[in-house]
Amino acid sequence: MSEKEITAKKSILDSDNPVIQYVKRNGGIIIGFIILCVVIQFNTPQFMTWSNIISVLRQISSNLYLASAITMILIAGGIDLSAGAIVSLSSVIVATCMVNYGFSIPVAIVAAIAMGALIGFVNGTIIYKTGLPPFIVTYAMQCICQGAAYVWTGAQPIRLTDKSFIFLGTGFVANVIPMPLVYLFFILIFVWYILNRTKLGRHIYATGGNEKAAEFSGVNIKHVRWFVYTFSGIMAALAGIVLSARMYSGQPAVGANAAMDAIASVVLGGTSMGGGRGFIGGTIIGALLIGVMNNGLNLAGIDSYWQMVAKGIIILIAVYVDFVKQGKKLRK
Amino acid sequence: MSEKPILLEMNGIHKSFPGVHALDGVHLDLRAGEVHALLGENGAGKSTLIKVLGGIYEKDEGDIIINGEKVEIRNVKDAEKYGVSIIHQEIVLVPEMSISDNIFLGKEEGPAYSISRSAMEKKTQELLDSFNMGLKATQMVSSLNIAQQQMVEIIRSTFSQAKIIVMDEPTSSLSDKEVDALFDTIRNLKAQGIGIIYISHRMSELDQIADRVSVYRDGKYIATREVKNTSVDELIELMVGRAVGNYYNRTYNDCSETIMEVRNLSNKKVHNVSFDLKKGEILGFAGLVGAGRTETMRAIFGMDKKDSGEIIIEGKPVTINSSKDGLSAGIGLVPESRREEGIFPDQNIKFNETIKVLNEFIKNMRVDSKKETEIAEKYMKELSVRAPGLGTFVGNLSGGNQQKVVIASWLAAKPKILIMDEPTRGIDVGAKAEIYAIMNDLVKNGVSIIMVSSELPEVIGMSDRVVVMRSGEISAILDRTEADQVTIMKNAVNI
Repeated sequence: MSEKEITAKKSILDSDNPVIQYVKRNGGIIIGFIILCVVIQFNTPQFMTWSNIISVLRQISSNLYLASAITMILIAGGIDLSAGAIVSLSSVIVATCMVNYGFSIPVAIVAAIAMGALIGFVNGTIIYKTGLPPFIVTYAMQCICQGAAYVWTGAQPIRLTDKSFIFLGTGFVANVIPMPLVYLFFILIFVWYILNRTKLGRHIYATGGNEKAAEFSGVNIKHVRWFVYTFSGIMAALAGIVLSARMYSGQPAVGANAAMDAIASVVLGGTSMGGGRGFIGGTIIGALLIGVMNNGLNLAGIDSYWQMVAKGIIILIAVYVDFVKQGKKLRK
Repeated sequence: MSEKPILLEMNGIHKSFPGVHALDGVHLDLRAGEVHALLGENGAGKSTLIKVLGGIYEKDEGDIIINGEKVEIRNVKDAEKYGVSIIHQEIVLVPEMSISDNIFLGKEEGPAYSISRSAMEKKTQELLDSFNMGLKATQMVSSLNIAQQQMVEIIRSTFSQAKIIVMDEPTSSLSDKEVDALFDTIRNLKAQGIGIIYISHRMSELDQIADRVSVYRDGKYIATREVKNTSVDELIELMVGRAVGNYYNRTYNDCSETIMEVRNLSNKKVHNVSFDLKKGEILGFAGLVGAGRTETMRAIFGMDKKDSGEIIIEGKPVTINSSKDGLSAGIGLVPESRREEGIFPDQNIKFNETIKVLNEFIKNMRVDSKKETEIAEKYMKELSVRAPGLGTFVGNLSGGNQQKVVIASWLAAKPKILIMDEPTRGIDVGAKAEIYAIMNDLVKNGVSIIMVSSELPEVIGMSDRVVVMRSGEISAILDRTEADQVTIMKNAVNI
């Protein structure tokens, strides 16, 4: 290949500008998202109101806690199906700690988060030590934790009345920004930072991209697994706490579909199920797409069972479009 | 030779991909019962041509004539119909099925609801015997070694009435003994009047097996020669379009200082391995596949467990229990299979080249991107990796360039001792020569290299000394003056 050809191949799309990079990576889904917004706005003008936008953002925030952690897990070549059950268990723990055992709010929160971290850590350890597929290990953990949440509460919700705890889920900062969005902001910054600005981030990409090559490169695979699964457990626990506060109760079934929704957002955002490739920015738009679609269908008065059908169809289409795009890009 | 009928003719084949004219009026003819080798650097168009013949790509223009009849090959089914069978580099057998089931896969005998297994096994056994393979039809494919699996693939293609068999680098993962067995099979096929198109980067094999050779360069057909009327030098010249000097260009250094001593290294795969590595030398490791060379290197580098033994670097004993320890002890290991163990295909060149030296530019949670680019650019240039830029995905590069990226990533870690396991496997001559030159430069600058290689000419041409291994033990350590093919082989095989 001559010098001329080499320089000719550089174009504006190879630019390092983060905005161009973002649009290039997520072009398809951004267009889909905009179309969806326009369609919804056309049908239900109350869509583009401040209060509705805030409510959508609040709804997707707990999904995004999980999705941001699962983004890292998928990049590292794993998967976490247990996150949803950890949400449920955390909701139950934080509620029983306060209601049944009379612990203070901070103690209850720390207990729930410690439980999430421990379960995640156990996930990571089992996957590393036994070499079993993460799908199976975390599915088993999902059964255990969801079961435990039901056993613990007899499948009954636990009412919460403490105003300052409720505030953590329903309150506003400066009267405009909902609390869950504030946590989300810090989580997204943290995940972005880990993935893009730390050695650990490179090691996560390397582990998922080619585990053997990563090992040859001196990457400690065990530490990567521990980190991503533990972080996922913590995020799930946080989601459980925030959801409990929003619903004024500890709910043993609250996280039932949470892991799948989070995985769907991550994959919609262009992160590869095969590992080694993915971006937190994509996950945000993926979660937005799902959130806005649900909201649009709600505003149009379509019942929630039809919403599930619609969600499935949209996920299939969006992931297929991305798959075709990636396929073209990688072909020689 | 020339009286034999022409089996296949491909004339004026054109094939373009967006931005690349991959085949530019290419020609190929193949006679019955001949082995016709295709030569060319990676990207010369050999594999595209083969894919056109095999129905994986559709040609844009040109004629394919099989048995004097013009045919259109639009898909793999068409190719099969005309008796074309391609044996790919990667083996495509079902591991957890028997040899017989694999050979009859998709062509099972008997009605669909009750296939007659015993009849198929009997036929398979006859085939296996006719090729003199000491195998049973009922054996699981997963229990065979790579060479045997390859033979099974070849037998499968003859069974499906193939008249034209394409072999894409069939010897790249075989030891010399296995290559001999493969060549016997090929001669057997020739005798049955089957035409064989043979792609290989090993020039030394041509003399042994090929009748004619066609050379391609940059998507164009260059020339066809009778193997007995040509020379390696002429072929290389045709391939690269210029004369090439001595292939193995070594300047030998004075190596008196010992940098690493390995003492009585043992684990499950290797026994009592002891040797010294001198500063600034290339120490070749020869032996048959399975002799424990790779395993020795993995144990030294910390990838595998050591049961006993000592490693002394620059006079000090070191403990190496993980690849991280290996790296910090100043050792690098360019692994045997670049695709499985070397590259991160979905990441760009920059990521691949800097993954081992993150400490140099990520400090206190801050990434020094300028430094990162600097490192990546330096080694990209030093190894002349040919790619549009640092942002190119490594999965899209040719084998030779991928290998250069892997080596670059190790050089970035500035090892004192660089272990290279099959450093030139499956890459073209041009890139090979470049890698030899890099190795020569490295030792000149005081780096010590251990080179594991199954290509004897490479071992002999590049090494200061040669260690020969046999069944997990060292059987000889030879000076370069005494290391010739016969001596090495004598020590490599069990007597």
